[in-house]
Order: sequence, then structure tokens, then C-alpha cells
Amino acid sequence: MSTAQVAVTTKKDWTSDQEVRWCPGCGDYGILLAVQQLMPDLGVAPENTVFVSGIGCSSRFPYYMNTYGMHSIHGRAPAIATGVATARPDLDVWVITGDGDGLSIGGNHLIHALRRNVNLNILLFNNRIYGLTKGQYSPTSEVGKVTKSTPFGSVDHPFNPLSVALGAEATFVARTHDLDRKHMQETFRAAHAHRGSSFVEIYQNCNVFNDGQFDGVTKKTNRAEMMIDLVHGEPILFGPENEHGVMQGTDGFLHIVDVADVGLDRILIHDEKNEHSSLAYALARLNSDDHSPTPFGVFRDVERAEYTQLVGDQVMEASAQKGPGDLEALLASNGTWTVD
Amino acid sequence: MTDTIDRSDTADGDRVLDHLVVRFAGDSGDGMQLTGDRFTSVSASFGNDLSTLPDFPAEIRAPAGTVNGVSAFQVNIADHEITTPGDEPNVLVAMNAAALKAELHRLEVGGTVIINEDAFAERDLEKAGYVDEVGATINPLTDDTLKGYRVLLVPMTSLTKEVCEPLGVKPRDAERSKNFFALGLVSWMYTRPVEPTEEWIDEKFAKNEQVAAANKAAFRAGFNFGETTEAVGHRYEVRPATLPPGTYTSITGNTALSWGLVAAGQLAKLPITLGSYPITPASDILHELSRQKHFGIRTVQAEDEIAAVGVALGASFAGHLGITTTSGPGVALKSETISLAIAIELPMVIIDIQRGGPSTGLPTKTEASDLNLALHGRHGEAPLPVVASYSPAHCFHAAIEAARIALKYRTPVILLSDGYLANGSEPWKLPDVDTLPDISVPFTTEPNHTTADGTEEFWPYLRDPETLARPWAIPGTPGLMHRVGGLEKQDGTGNIDYTPENHERMTELRAAKIEAVTADIAPTEVSGDADADVLVLGWGSTWAAIDAAVQRRRRAGVKVAKAHLMHLSPLPPDLGDLLRSYRRVILPELNRGQLAHHLRGTYLVDVTSVSKVQGLPFKSREIEDAIDQAVASLGADEEGATS
Repeated sequence: MSTAQVAVTTKKDWTSDQEVRWCPGCGDYGILLAVQQLMPDLGVAPENTVFVSGIGCSSRFPYYMNTYGMHSIHGRAPAIATGVATARPDLDVWVITGDGDGLSIGGNHLIHALRRNVNLNILLFNNRIYGLTKGQYSPTSEVGKVTKSTPFGSVDHPFNPLSVALGAEATFVARTHDLDRKHMQETFRAAHAHRGSSFVEIYQNCNVFNDGQFDGVTKKTNRAEMMIDLVHGEPILFGPENEHGVMQGTDGFLHIVDVADVGLDRILIHDEKNEHSSLAYALARLNSDDHSPTPFGVFRDVERAEYTQLVGDQVMEASAQKGPGDLEALLASNGTWTVD
Repeated sequence: MTDTIDRSDTADGDRVLDHLVVRFAGDSGDGMQLTGDRFTSVSASFGNDLSTLPDFPAEIRAPAGTVNGVSAFQVNIADHEITTPGDEPNVLVAMNAAALKAELHRLEVGGTVIINEDAFAERDLEKAGYVDEVGATINPLTDDTLKGYRVLLVPMTSLTKEVCEPLGVKPRDAERSKNFFALGLVSWMYTRPVEPTEEWIDEKFAKNEQVAAANKAAFRAGFNFGETTEAVGHRYEVRPATLPPGTYTSITGNTALSWGLVAAGQLAKLPITLGSYPITPASDILHELSRQKHFGIRTVQAEDEIAAVGVALGASFAGHLGITTTSGPGVALKSETISLAIAIELPMVIIDIQRGGPSTGLPTKTEASDLNLALHGRHGEAPLPVVASYSPAHCFHAAIEAARIALKYRTPVILLSDGYLANGSEPWKLPDVDTLPDISVPFTTEPNHTTADGTEEFWPYLRDPETLARPWAIPGTPGLMHRVGGLEKQDGTGNIDYTPENHERMTELRAAKIEAVTADIAPTEVSGDADADVLVLGWGSTWAAIDAAVQRRRRAGVKVAKAHLMHLSPLPPDLGDLLRSYRRVILPELNRGQLAHHLRGTYLVDVTSVSKVQGLPFKSREIEDAIDQAVASLGADEEGATS
């Protein structure tokens, strides 16, 4: 599909006529706006774009996009989207999921889509809570979290979505948050440009059931000290004056240091193209909770053969070798005999 | 032989039989399925009609020499048209003590048992369970066990080793060729052509000349043993059947079903995407379709059953014919996605190769107990069409029919087959591909609704007034972007709508759409006696045994008719009246009467269930008994009425 032939679109072309029905103040609004604004920039047509979601608050997303879309079943969006993309590699397929949808009931589909490297842009809205079912803890909720289903505090060890994605050998892994439209758009743009599975965790505020979960990191007053902006090829620095950084110690682990103590030379240069995911994994594990310096941006963006392309290639090769399918020949292929 | 007809012209020379049922039985590692397949192929190309019943354990290799590890293959070859693999074998080949122990009871009284006597050492007898109360072994070859049978003791293992020795084959490897010795012997006894098997061995084992040589040597040795050993006695012959003229192939149900799906794609002019997860006895369809990529078929071996059906549904949304193949446990897992497919009204074919359940049940044995699951196994009011194949070859046509309904009515369709059809084989007269139906449907490419202000819109749930199918507009079509989903939709626009009246209307519309399929269902075909009081109704793989049973009872002068259903949802529109027109309706099913209950509930008619759940198909004799009972009960009614 040549982007040159795509008609120019505006945000309006990507906005459906459906009334948006998230709670007032929900972080989802910011994400929707970011996507609707970004799409005209991507050089693709609404009719060639498909949004597939599962179940949960975030999964209402496709209804609000003027594209093809499916609001499917809890957890199953990556599997259904794999079917869409495998049948039609010409389409741009986005998966909208949440921490419950993508990491609990649908965890299996998520990791397998990532390992296959199906050409999907997967946006996981992480609010660390079940919103649609009104406030139970999720697989990303911290230990001790008191919710309706954990009145004495959660005893479940949580998933780190990026660790899961990297463990599943995802080729594109990134994190952004719902308060920074520009950062979201740059991250989504990079995800879209990546051929294969792109996994983006979005810190998303649920102002009704888990308000302020990420304030310790993403609140404007905390950002300078708590948000680590990953830039490919640049030393990993943060702080109001870039006075902090990330260093790889002789023990192999990553440490947060003051640049003044170690010197700029010792600060790790971010390499999203590194074939080995170990450093990306270490970066993903850098923040121990939502009150410690947390990396944002693209952790990993590497090339690997893409699934739907490989599947399509086999079909093409088989046709080239055997010629187009001949039903009559197929029916006779196990040997025949004739009765006169 | 008891039920075979001797068609010999003369007292000496070869004896001619009308049919012959042979059962090969041995250890799982003895190659019995291969041996049976070869005997079948040779008989097919010789021109016999035939039907097969592979019967193997779920374990890949159960402990060698035990009854649990016995694998068997039964084939019925005939000089006339037949439908079943035969009730009781006329000949049993037992490759070891366990096979004899497990299978002898199946052999007809007076039947021939060919035994590999090398496999009856003390240890073999112990493993086979030939022990008395105090644990001492019993030798069935020397006590009364084989009384009443024609017994042929052949040292197959040692003779095979002997002929293989000059070829430089190690004795351990040579032993593996003993199944070909058995095949050679049986080929001589029943006058099967030799060349096709020898050619087949050359081809199959082309990469390992020594194995090919050993197998051929063993095969010839077995054949020559028959010719030179007086104890073997007469040769028998089953002459070619007079089948309708045409080109034939020997086909299993799973192959026919796979090819039916390939054909459906061609006839629909749509690429196929198959999402599947390996499960016995359905995996062969995944294997076969994976080989047919040049037909534009994409196969995805998904991470689980749920993903497999998700892939199929996603592909259908994108404009492919989405298909998923599985067995009962897999259908249970797919249930939620099938309901979504009903809600978003997209075509999809779900294939259930039924096996014994519940749970893992009897993975390699047949049963037809997923009918309730197919008809009712979903949440909400979620009707869908259900189609059942009734013979291995019929699986081809059933697959096309399932796809046709799915495409025309934009609905998921469940196609029921079973383990017996899947692995059983029969000769199939190849259809003229030009006569197969065109099942293509157009995609919607233009808006279908104009608003009051003249704006052209696309309403994804504006239905075809006849079929009630909604338009199928696929991604890539400009101007028709729309969203579908599991939430209830407004009739017409497809927008989310929770209003009570709309939900009721949509529920009714979804049901009416499935009912609309009846417009395409031909009148139910009834065969047999026009003045019969008893109807044998069937569905699925019971067709073979019912057909044989009805023929035999009619030959015996019993008046009986039969009908067989391919469409189980919706049911044929004439079925209620048809059932009411008989005084007795009996319904053999490989379940506890699932269709019988359904028909009673649907039509308020008395349907007598004939049930069997042994993991095995019906014997025709069992159905004959049921017919006789039904006829006798009529007599009792009359006596009651006149006294």
C-alpha cells in the first residue's frame, strides 16, 4: 500500500459519530484524542485501518474511531486481530486492551502475538484496577492494594507489563502516559512505523476507582525527578538539570546515580536497537514502584521477520511452485481407479 | 463363515466370497494401522467396495505387550455395495498375546484366527494378562481358548528374521517387518494383488533401502508361506464390486472434510484462513489444509482453542472464509467466541470431530455426544445452523454445505463429524467439480441507507429481507467503515442499543435468520418400504449401520423405512409431519438420546432412542434388533387393542 495515494485526512475523518461514554475525567479521553489527532499524520486511510479491542473500559475505544473496528471478547483481541492481520496484511491493525484484559484473562494471547511478531500495534491502557466491573484489583495492582475484592489488601505479586512483553520477545516495547499527548503521539508514531508487534504500555488514570495511582511519577511537579526519558543514542539522564542518570554497574545491574559522582562517560547510552533484550528488561525493572524514577519512551525497537508476511510468503511460494490450486487434481491426488 | 455368502463355482480351486471382514490387531508399535491401510488400498484399487474401522489406543505407545497397547484395524471388503466395516470379523490377525486377548471375542464363531505364535512366551502371556487366579500363566494356544475357531499358528517373527538375515538386517530391526509378513500371508489367503504393495514399499521406504528390502522380503515370505504351507488351505477371493461407473479414490472422512473445505473456498471464491489447535481426532484436517497453501489457504496453529476460533473470526471480519477445526473439548472453549460470531453476524465454520466424552474421555474413540453442545452450548439466546456428515465421503459435501450456509446467512455454522468418520475410509466416486454449487456471496461496497437530509450511509445491520443476512462490508472498502461488537446493537444502524424492545427484536431476528435456512433444505428423503409402520431415523455416522440393518431386515421380509438427517439446526421443515406419519420412530445415536429428546421437545412426537456409548460405532445387528423390537411392539399394541 503506497502512502502517497492516501487522501489527506483530518481528525474529523477519524472520529466516529458515537457519543463517548467514559466517566468524565477519565484518562482514556486523552488517549483517544491523541490517537484521533495522530492518525492523519500517519499517511494511512481510515478504511484500511482496523481497531480491535477486548472488554473493559478501554475496549470501548473502537466505537469512537471512524475506522473498521471490533469490540470483541474479554482478553481475545490479540487473537482476533491476528486473524484480521493474517488474512489481510495490507491493513493497519491496532489492538486496544487494558491491564485486566491483556494481562489477566488474555495474557496468553498477548504473549503469543508478541512472540509471533504479528503486525499489530498493541496499546495497553494500564490503570492498575478493574474499572468496568467497578473496582477490583488487577494483575498490575501493587501488593497490599485495598479494593472491593481485597478488603485486607492484595497478596498477588503484580505483573510489570513491559517485563512480560520483553519476556515474550516482543520486538517493540514502549511506555507513555495519558497526561502527555505529544509523548503519546511520538510513541504511537514509532509503534506504527515498526513492522511487527508493537507493544505500548500507557499509564492511564482511573479517576473513579484508582485516582492518582501514577501521580508520584507523572504529576507535573514530580516529572522532572521521576520520569526518565529514553532517547535512542543518548545517555539516559533525568532530573531538573539532568543531574541524575542510569549506569550499568560492574555487577551488570542498572543503578540510578548522580552524574556528578560517576561522570557522564559512565552513564548508559540508550540503545533501543540492541538485539539483546537484557538491557531493555533491566530498564523496565528499574522502577520498583510508582514512586521511583520510571523510564518512558521506546525501550526496544528491533527488526525480526513479521508473522503475516511469513504466512503470506508461504502461500505465494506454494502457488509459485505448484501453480494455483486445481480442485480436480487435488481430489485425484491420493490415487484413483476407474470403474467402467 | 457364518454371514458370508459362498459364491464359489466349483468345489475345488479358490473359494469365492461375497464379502470378508478382516481385523488386524497387534501392539501399538507393530504397524497395524499401516498394514490395514495397505490391505484396504489394494482392495480398493482391485475394485472391491469397502469400509474401514481403525481402532487404536489414546496412548502413543502404551506398555508393549499389554492389552492397553493393542491397536487394531478392521476392514470390510465386498463384491457389492456396503456401508459398514462389518459387525464381526471373519478373520482376526493377532500379532501378539495381548492382541489375541483383547480381540478374540470380536471374531465370529467359526472364524479364522491367524496368530503370530512367536509372541506367546511366558513373559508375553504375563503381560497380556493370561494368568489364572494364583498368577500362573495360561497359554491360550494350548488350552480351550481357541476352540471353535479355525486357527493358523505361524511363527511370524522368526520367519521374518530368517528372511531378513541375508540382507544384513539386524534381528531387532528385522522384527519390525513382521507386519508385512502378516500382510503377505493374508494377501495370499484372500487373493490380493501383490505388485501394488511392493511398489508402495519401494516408494514409501525409498530413503532407506535396507528397510524397504526387509519389508519386501517379509511380505514375500508371508505370501509364499501361504502358497507352500498346506495348513493354510484354500485361497479365498472377493471379486470386484459392480459400482457405478466413474473415477474412484479411497478416502477417509478427515481428508474428505479437508478437501471439502478447500472446495468451499474455491466455490466461494474466497481465501480460507484456518485457525486451529491440535486435538484428536481433528488434527488431520489442520495437517491437510497446511499442505494446500497453493489454494490460497492460510493456516494458523494458534496458542489455544480460543485463539484458534478468534483467528477464524478475525479472518472472516477481514473478508476471508474463517474456519476452525476441533473436537468437543475445543468447542467448549470456543463457545464464547461462537456467541460473538452470532452477535456480529459473520460467517464462520466450526468443525467438531466428536469423540467420547466428557472431558478428555476417549480421545481416539468415536461418539456423537456433542449434539447438545452444538445445538445449545452457548450463553444467551444463540441459535446457529448445525450440519452433520454421515459417511467418510459425505464429509466433503457436508463441508461445502456448512460453508454455503455460513456465507449466505452470515452466521457461524457447526459441522459435526466423528472419530469413526474421521479415520474410517470408503471408496468415493469423485464428483465432477463443475457440478459443485457456486456458494459465493457479494461483499457490500456501497452505502445502503439515505438519511432524511439525503446523506448516504452504511448501516451494518440492515438486513436482506429474504435471508435476513446483514451486509458483509470488509475493511478496505471506502466509506463503509463500521464497528461491530458483542454489545447489543440497534436493528439497522448497528449502534449500541440497550432498549428492551430492541433487544427482543434483535433476539427474534437472529433466531428468524437461522430459521430462514430451512428455505434451502430439500424434502427429507425416505427410503425402504412405503407402507412401513416403523421409521429408523438417523444422523451422523450411524448411517452405515442403519443402512445395512434396514436392508437386512427388509430382505428378511420386515417392513421398515429409514431417513437420515444432515441438517440438525434448523431441522427440515417437513420433519414433524414425517415423524407423525409413522407408528414407531426409532433413533439410533452414539449418545444417550440427544436428538431423540430434541425431537420429542420440538414436535411432541414419540421417538424411541436406541443408545450406544461404547466408543464404537453401532453394529448393524444392534439396529436390526431395535427394528425387530419396534415391529414386535406394534403387534403387542394390536393385541392389546383387540383383546
